[in-house]
Amino acid sequence: MYYTKEMKDSMQRVASTREFRMTQELPLLDPVQKVDLLESYHPDFIEDVFRKLKVGPSKGTLTPKEFADLFEAKSVLDPEGFDLSTVDYDVDVLVVGGGGAGAAAALMAQEQGAGVLLVTKLRFGDANTIMAQGGIQGADKENDSPSTHYLDVFGGGRYFNDPDLVEALVKDAPEVLAWLEKLGVMFDKDSDGTMVSIHGGGTSRRRMHAARDYTGGEIMKTLRDEAKNRGIDVVEFSPVYELITDGETVTGAVLYNMETYDFLVVRAKTVILATGGAGRLHVAGFPTTNHYGATADGLVLGYRAGVPLEFMDTIQYHPTGAAYPEQLLGQLVTEKVRGLGGQLVNTDGNRFIYELETRDVEAAAIIRECSERKKGITTPSGYCAVWLDTLVIEEKHGAGTIKERLPAMYRQYQRFDIDMAKEPILVYPTQHYQNGGLKIRPDGETTIKNLYAAGEVAGGIHGRNRLMGNSLLDVVVFGRRAGIAAAERAATLKTPGKLTLDHLKRFHAELAEVGAADNRVAPMLLPEYRRPETIEKKLPVLP
Amino acid sequence: MAEQMATIYVMGKAYEVPSDLTIMKAMEYAGYRFLRGCGCRGAFCGACGTVYRTQDDYRLKVGLACQEMVQDDMYLSEIPFFPGNKANYDVEDLKPKAEAVLAHYPEVYRCLACNTCTKACPQDIEVMEYIQAALRGDIAKAADLSFDCLMCGLCAARCPAEIVQYNVALLCRRLYSRHIAPEAKHLEARVKEVRDGKFDKEIASLKAMDQREIAKLYDARDIEPGD
Repeated sequence: MYYTKEMKDSMQRVASTREFRMTQELPLLDPVQKVDLLESYHPDFIEDVFRKLKVGPSKGTLTPKEFADLFEAKSVLDPEGFDLSTVDYDVDVLVVGGGGAGAAAALMAQEQGAGVLLVTKLRFGDANTIMAQGGIQGADKENDSPSTHYLDVFGGGRYFNDPDLVEALVKDAPEVLAWLEKLGVMFDKDSDGTMVSIHGGGTSRRRMHAARDYTGGEIMKTLRDEAKNRGIDVVEFSPVYELITDGETVTGAVLYNMETYDFLVVRAKTVILATGGAGRLHVAGFPTTNHYGATADGLVLGYRAGVPLEFMDTIQYHPTGAAYPEQLLGQLVTEKVRGLGGQLVNTDGNRFIYELETRDVEAAAIIRECSERKKGITTPSGYCAVWLDTLVIEEKHGAGTIKERLPAMYRQYQRFDIDMAKEPILVYPTQHYQNGGLKIRPDGETTIKNLYAAGEVAGGIHGRNRLMGNSLLDVVVFGRRAGIAAAERAATLKTPGKLTLDHLKRFHAELAEVGAADNRVAPMLLPEYRRPETIEKKLPVLP
Repeated sequence: MAEQMATIYVMGKAYEVPSDLTIMKAMEYAGYRFLRGCGCRGAFCGACGTVYRTQDDYRLKVGLACQEMVQDDMYLSEIPFFPGNKANYDVEDLKPKAEAVLAHYPEVYRCLACNTCTKACPQDIEVMEYIQAALRGDIAKAADLSFDCLMCGLCAARCPAEIVQYNVALLCRRLYSRHIAPEAKHLEARVKEVRDGKFDKEIASLKAMDQREIAKLYDARDIEPGD
């Protein structure tokens, strides 16, 4: 790989301090230092990133501008004239989203005897779940307990979490791991069956379970396979474009077939939004680790229908996004690298933060190193970054550890002729996770009857900062819970609901009143990565 | 410094693109907006398997569009979907033997050991080796060797025996994990403890605490040493 002279010189300094760093103990920050660091450097505390919402159930709350643009946008559907009289699908439970939460929900809903339809914008499995590398938490060891897990989650979330949701998360965790084990997820285990578990940022026990560093991939492939085996109906490339209500409760959804450009009507007794996250909005211009379809669609749908949002003013920036080579910009360097002993090092070769602080603190420390302290390394394309010294891992655990326990990472860098067992890598924070989302109860139901939400689209579980390994856990825990609850509710509803877009009429009227919408429409569905020159020349001939 | 440009042929059509882009970003530069053929953009989902050839070379090469750099005179096509056979089974009822694989995917018998699948793998997996392991009933080896599979489908697209390797691999991993790998006994024990309500009181008391109390507890918690 090509390195500038500045980079090469700095790499030498990193090498020369390695021996010292191997035994160097850095303390955890005390609570005051932590708050000070966050408030000075974390993007959540930069005023200009946010604005107050002008409409909807969370009117007046601070939201990143990129989200607000979508929440204050119209639907392309005209609620007065849109024809809902032809029902294309009639189901008990409609699951919207084909990631981990959607798959878990569909499996559990079907197990309760419900007729299930799963619809998804891209392919079944195209989701942030499949990209999750590092692991899944669960307090299953002797020296650990769900209460200890609770405390870690709560402190990590800066004490803002919804206690009932945290309780559900930590108490279901062992059962969720057992369920996945039984379905045949290939967890890392010792020869006696003991799950291999390591630390993640902010864990007080080694509670991170993994399937090498394809943990989410292995879980997603297994759940998807099981859904196919059990004959669950799946419609791909057909996102929900709008929910259908009877004015108050949810009764179905309008699908948009992205390949034939037509709309379809689903009548459903209950609907589960499992549409995932929003990294592709690129809040404050950050790159992202998220998949192509992470555009906040479910948040928009739920919000218009009347579900309040929680903690939308907090975004998780993963501290270690790839910063070089540029082709990898923003992609995840799993926290497991630090869990295994990888060290964050500045241009002088010095560590500047204990590596297993929570993600918000780590991100803020890296930003401080690159901004105020000017101790970052500049890449050829002008980005600032710090080193993640991966060689420490091989020194600590033996040669070959990286290839063995971080195969995805190793391959990722090999593709660009970087051997991370022999060279440190460059990292900078990247938009990773939306800590907030639609408000839910522990069974997954939102404040709108018969509408459920699970996974990243839901908020409250992680407070203002999520810990590593609690997202994979969250999607399965709340996916399962929503699936069960939505199926049970559906069984009690005998007559099909009335299909209207009355909620949209109300929302459009509210927009008109405050003059908020301009010409924007939402949901976004796909991000735009074509050049402005191309878009300017585009003619509206074919869709 | 003027940008270095390359000519690429997307399904036969020429575009000038900067030469330091991946295939995916180069196609977006050229004006494509992906619907299919683009998923995670980070080599985890297998949506963007690509077949390409360079000028003066008859050989077909493979890569993931999100990872592979463009080259001058590159002729490429994404294969965003492959209609491979997927058997239905209940992993619970199966035994981790060759018979389980062959009953659901009898075409595995037809493997010619030509190694075309291995050459077609953008993840550099020893695909033929794991198919042969599955055929011998070495399910553990098949599971281990296939672990990094993204299910992009390029192997199956090239296989003269019409084996759908990635589905065989997933079956093997599920068989191995369910029936060969030893069970996590500590997990089973913990699930029972949770069901019996062992932690309910502790959690209820944590839930009842105000922020100051719980913060005090959090800041004082002992941290297990790392590995």
